[in-house]
Amino acid sequence: MADREQARVAGSHVVGRLVIYALLVLLALYYLMPLFVMLSTSVKTLDDIRGGNLIALPAQVTFEAWAKAWSSACTGVACGGLRGNFWNSVTFVVPAVLISTFIGAFNGYVLTMWRFRGSDAIFTLLMIGCFIPFQVVLLPMAQTLGVLGIANSTPGLIFVHVVYGLAFTTLFFRNFYVSVPDELAKAARIDGAGFFRIFWRIILPLSPPIIVVCIIWQFTQIWNDFLFGVVFSSGERQPITVALNNLANTSTGVKEYNVDMAAAIIAALPTLFVYVVAGKYFVRGLTAGAVKG
Amino acid sequence: MSSLAVKNVRKVFGNVEVLKDIDLAIGSGEFLILVGPSGCGKSTLLSIIAGLDTATSGDIVIGDRTVNNLSPKDRDIAMVFQSYALYPNMSVRQNISFGLEMRRMPQHQQDEIVDRVAKILQMGHLLDRKPSQLSGGQRQRVAMGRAIARDPQLFLFDEPLSNLDAKLRVEMRMEIKLLHERLKATIVYVTHDQIEAMTLGSKIAVMHGGEIRQFGSPQEIYDQPADLFVASFIGSPSMNFIRTEVVEHLGSVGVRLQTAEETFVLPVHDAEKALRPWIGRDLILGIRPELITDSASSQHFGRNVHTRNCKVELVEPTGPDTLVFIRINGEIACCRVRPELAGAANESMDLAFNLSKAVFFDPQTEKRIA
Amino acid sequence: MQSFASAQAGAAAPAATPRRSLLDVVELALPKLVLGPTLLISLIFVYGFILWTGWLSFTESRMLPRYEFAGLLQYISLFGNERWWVAVRNLAVFGGLFIFICMAFGLLMAILLDQRIRAEGFLRSIYLYPMALSFIVTGTAWKWILNPGLGFERLVQQLGFSGFTFDWLVNPQMSIYTVVIAGAWQSSGFVMALFLAGLRGIDESIIKAAQVDGASMPRIYWSIIVPSLRPVFFSAFIILAHIAIKSFDLVMALTGGGPGFSSDLPATFMYAFGFTRNQIGLGAASAVMMMMTVAAVVVPLMYSELRRERRG
Repeated sequence: MADREQARVAGSHVVGRLVIYALLVLLALYYLMPLFVMLSTSVKTLDDIRGGNLIALPAQVTFEAWAKAWSSACTGVACGGLRGNFWNSVTFVVPAVLISTFIGAFNGYVLTMWRFRGSDAIFTLLMIGCFIPFQVVLLPMAQTLGVLGIANSTPGLIFVHVVYGLAFTTLFFRNFYVSVPDELAKAARIDGAGFFRIFWRIILPLSPPIIVVCIIWQFTQIWNDFLFGVVFSSGERQPITVALNNLANTSTGVKEYNVDMAAAIIAALPTLFVYVVAGKYFVRGLTAGAVKG
Repeated sequence: MSSLAVKNVRKVFGNVEVLKDIDLAIGSGEFLILVGPSGCGKSTLLSIIAGLDTATSGDIVIGDRTVNNLSPKDRDIAMVFQSYALYPNMSVRQNISFGLEMRRMPQHQQDEIVDRVAKILQMGHLLDRKPSQLSGGQRQRVAMGRAIARDPQLFLFDEPLSNLDAKLRVEMRMEIKLLHERLKATIVYVTHDQIEAMTLGSKIAVMHGGEIRQFGSPQEIYDQPADLFVASFIGSPSMNFIRTEVVEHLGSVGVRLQTAEETFVLPVHDAEKALRPWIGRDLILGIRPELITDSASSQHFGRNVHTRNCKVELVEPTGPDTLVFIRINGEIACCRVRPELAGAANESMDLAFNLSKAVFFDPQTEKRIA
Repeated sequence: MQSFASAQAGAAAPAATPRRSLLDVVELALPKLVLGPTLLISLIFVYGFILWTGWLSFTESRMLPRYEFAGLLQYISLFGNERWWVAVRNLAVFGGLFIFICMAFGLLMAILLDQRIRAEGFLRSIYLYPMALSFIVTGTAWKWILNPGLGFERLVQQLGFSGFTFDWLVNPQMSIYTVVIAGAWQSSGFVMALFLAGLRGIDESIIKAAQVDGASMPRIYWSIIVPSLRPVFFSAFIILAHIAIKSFDLVMALTGGGPGFSSDLPATFMYAFGFTRNQIGLGAASAVMMMMTVAAVVVPLMYSELRRERRG
């Protein structure tokens, strides 16, 4: 009797596991589907696309669409492909990430180990700023960039991304440094180290994990940004996201879906690459910011 | 080595007065213990002496310099923290020499000092390891090494043994004491453990609620606590506090005690002068467990011994002696007796009361009368 | 032992009080100097700009900004604008569905993954990779997938259901739902990551106690585990609501706000009027409304959660 009961329980257990795995696999397919579609569409010919369907494999693989997306597709007025815009993005993303990370690290350091009256209030002020919809600063910023002479320029984009990225980078470093015992800084002060020396010799060497998280997070956010790109730049200075949107939304001529898909993948490659290589830091960035927020 | 004087130091955080007019002084080479329960202000006082925190008012004088405005690095002090605070990314050698490096000492001198310190603390084989590769006791030694290497005027210890297990704590206590003798260092040591306080210090400041309740040598504090708090805080098991009435007794004074069997009066010749005004009133008698013991052990007490037969409520063997609990004046009192002479629960045994070292407290002010 | 005491001034007169050196004064000010620029930036470029936009919303600005106070005319115009109300209605629909679906999927995936699955890390990274993509990429991809004629519709037809139509992308009634689909695909992995972290933080012993008491796993999940994830629900809700209200990139790439303005959202409305259509004042008013919406959602929630924490 007991054996049959056990077998039944064990059996339902097995069925349960199967159901769980089936659901997980189904979900995985759902998430992978668009990636697969993008890839396969990008290597099909237009005839192939028009004749077949989303999940049909390409009759023959061709990289023409990729070449076109990179160097000759029309992204608005110019028809030079995404190549120029790709490098545009690189030239402002890298400095913006580095600068906002650098400043965020110092801010986090001050907020945890050199607190003074009002420093916590400053932190709260900074954090509230995270929540605003950027629409509410676009108009004044457009004016300001014009006045400063950096409208529609790389420095302008760097400036904007640093200004609005500071809250996040500060949050990352502050949350990380909070768990470093302050007795470490006290001991260093007694030993004779000053503000910068303590940061350079003691705190910074402890920071690689959070630096990586911060850089990955900022890189992803800034590279993928569209709003600031479309408002604060135009024409040839545009980042790749804006160029991609223009490319995919041109209403003239024949719709070249394969070029659209190739262009989308090109735009996605850097952040996807970072994700594949350093995914766990990405997750840490997400949960670190979110849990406190 | 220099002396230390804390003059009328006050510290206010918001509207809370964390330190209320602290005043004390020790000479060169003394070992000062700041002891008290958590929240009494001892760590704050240490921070202020170190310069990590500033006093709201008052002065700190190290040697002949008033150091109020000096940053920690200029006060010529070294500190050992509860969590050791070793620099995790540096080797033991670098940890020890960091302070020397900050003072731009030439490399060969730094090496010399590191080696000397390593020899004193027997850490030579650990010099190239990182803190994460060390045990708790080893880390503690490195923290001390870092302090010694600086050759400061004043050593500050902030509960350095609290993170160690009991056995290690006893070992390290000895090491600290040996170090003190060897270096003739002036030390300020914060702890909440009264055993550490008694065994290590040459002077003890018992703190509570931001004030110093008593400042004196360990034996003074033990035998003549200034008030109820100090009496209850120092000594384990804690002193017995018995509310009793002072009565006229055979031309002198005595205290009335009541056990399950009888009511009797014990004379207190030694404190006669102080207690005369209290005749007819209640006060609190403080008598340590070792002063209520078996007849054999009380031989050396002298003349102030009075033996009574009392009923034992509870027995707790501790190994070296046995704690016997009796009921006096409605309260449980703890007595230390030799294990082989202890009675069993619910039996009676003869207990000798030694009142020459008993102390008496005013129930209202809680201060010691005699 | 030799004394290496640093030679500081003050050894002259006994008990002399050495003055603070200039270096010390600078050192004390350093933390404030370091934090200062960030504070300034926040005050000017966040709070200052909010006030600036607010001011603009009370002016007649069109192509160029004008700063004379002109009363509520922009707001009156805004509330009389049909396109604005479509955008607002869309936000409610999109926001509600987006948040609900992301939470549901996220919770489901987290619970499934919590069952000691082999290849958990691998599956997790699959569910999460969309977060690494720009909303433009997502929009472009889904625009193709939902393409009427060649996308999903054609696929299902070729699978045998010849009468199947799926023209949501170009259907004014349904276009906003395509935004929901694409948005939920992108963001539910993130919610999953939050819930998974929350599930992992639950004390095992509570679950064991319930099992000893005889509760079945589904019951345990429903009555014990899910309720203890309350703070995670809260965090996820705030972040998702924030994403929903700010949604701009996704709509621009997927539908461009169209057909017409049927899938407009306040963010696209603001961009259209504030920048493309040279109606700065109106754009500013719509931005202010967006700001108020965020405040109206976030502030009461944070307040009630903080109060709960203090009480609990």
